[in-house]
Amino acid sequence: MGEFDQLYREVILDHYKNPRGHGAIANADAHAEGQNPLCGDEVSIYVSFGDDGDTIDEVKFEGRGCAISQAATSMLTEMVQGRSATEIAALPKEELLEEIGIPLTPVRLKCAILGLGVLKVALHRAKGTPLPEEWSTLADELEFDADD
Amino acid sequence: MDAVAVTAQTKLDSQRIRADFAYLEELRNGKPVAFLDSAASTQKPRQVLDGLRDFYEHSYANVHRGVYQLAERATAGYEGAREKVRAFINAPSTREIVFTRSATESINLVAYAWGLDNLGPGDLVVVTELEHHSNFVPWQYIAKRTGAGFRMIPIDDQGELQVDALDAIAREGNVKVVANNLISNSLGTVNPVEQLTEWAHEHGAIMVVDAAQAAPHRALDVQALGCDFVAISSHKMCGPSAVGALWGRAELLDAMSPFNLGGHMIRSVRYEETTWGQLPYKFEAGTQPIAEAYAFGVAIDYISAIGLDAIEQHEHELVAYAMEQLSEIDGVSVYGPPPDRRAGIVSFNLENVHPHDVSQVLDWENVAIRGGHHCTQPLMKRLGVAATCRASFYVYSIPDEVDRLIAGLLKAKKAFA
Repeated sequence: MGEFDQLYREVILDHYKNPRGHGAIANADAHAEGQNPLCGDEVSIYVSFGDDGDTIDEVKFEGRGCAISQAATSMLTEMVQGRSATEIAALPKEELLEEIGIPLTPVRLKCAILGLGVLKVALHRAKGTPLPEEWSTLADELEFDADD
Repeated sequence: MDAVAVTAQTKLDSQRIRADFAYLEELRNGKPVAFLDSAASTQKPRQVLDGLRDFYEHSYANVHRGVYQLAERATAGYEGAREKVRAFINAPSTREIVFTRSATESINLVAYAWGLDNLGPGDLVVVTELEHHSNFVPWQYIAKRTGAGFRMIPIDDQGELQVDALDAIAREGNVKVVANNLISNSLGTVNPVEQLTEWAHEHGAIMVVDAAQAAPHRALDVQALGCDFVAISSHKMCGPSAVGALWGRAELLDAMSPFNLGGHMIRSVRYEETTWGQLPYKFEAGTQPIAEAYAFGVAIDYISAIGLDAIEQHEHELVAYAMEQLSEIDGVSVYGPPPDRRAGIVSFNLENVHPHDVSQVLDWENVAIRGGHHCTQPLMKRLGVAATCRASFYVYSIPDEVDRLIAGLLKAKKAFA
């Protein structure tokens, strides 16, 4: 294990122990929750849009589970802050995985993209657009509950 | 000489045994990996792999039908393995040994072939809170299909079956099936199968034993257990994957409908009617995992030569040592009974650290354990956790690997503190 990986591991641990954007938003414009039944990870995401109805003005999450799932969601909130909801709804998962930085086995990959999947469900619901197939398959598997 | 007590028990030489397993000699980042996930599946010794290759190279053809010499050799190898399974579990006859794909398929065979014809409203199927999904879900499903009730024997806080709950269950219906694992794959609990069998038979029920986790670790005698069906699996006992076996009482197997249809399980086929072959072929539809069954037999030879009593003793020492070491780490909870009532499996959690994270940190330290629900979600619910960490031992496991597990856990604890 090289120092480079070591550095990323520390970043993940930091996000896990001190999650950014932790909490809920009352009267959020977009909201969804999801869980990974395999490991019991849970994530709820809340988003408020700016006056233009598209800029992600505020994003918060609540959840519990493994470090990867919670740290990745924390990183995600930093990553999407101030960006366009339409753009994030179409965000490729690779952008988040690059940010996470460490190699992930298929089992852990699902932990890593749980938060992104939940965010996509929330944004697509708010926009009234259909969830892309790649994510709707995952949504079935991860038991997303998009009800407000 | 009669003043000296001689113990017959030969101690297992795990260092010598380790030389048979290629992976244990492999280095990752300059270090060997401590493989502590044998309860999920064991590593395979060279003897089994050589046997598998040799069979494929020199004895392979489809079995039972060919009149040429090679087919006879293949049949002899395949049927020889059946005899080895029979002797290994002390079954009365090879007619009662059915090769399957896995212990799971063995249980499904009984659930479908016996359950669909013999269960109905008012009947009860009884499993336990400790079951692997493989001995839980088929019964839950067949009970639902037939209108039978489905009940679960609860466990106590030590992870042991609450047998005093049995009478209350019996009052709720006509107990027809009791299904239990001899050893819990999650907690290592050794279950009182003889007692459950007696209770099942008192109520006219059949007793189905999942011995997938028991067969690799202790001597198994189906006649002493007194039960009606036993399922075992090759890959958990040094053999290849994709083959398992079902033992069942001949009179029950004879009376049962077939499970899968086609191939050698058939006696004669007419447009109007098809008749079934004799036991055990009636339950062996399609081309079987022939070479794998043969190598399963080699695996049985391999672990029998080590000695099941020696294996049990070896695992007991390791699990007792691991539990003692684990109990010294603050924030570690160990689940299940004390070492003298469990096999070589220990499930635990590190406070505030998800088992996946523990497994991940341990993997970085070259220690392979399992983090998850171990296909026992009802048990996880009972324990009040989403998952546990599980370390499990086998013939090649050594105390040094327990030490490395403990050192890795201390690192994980520090990282997440």
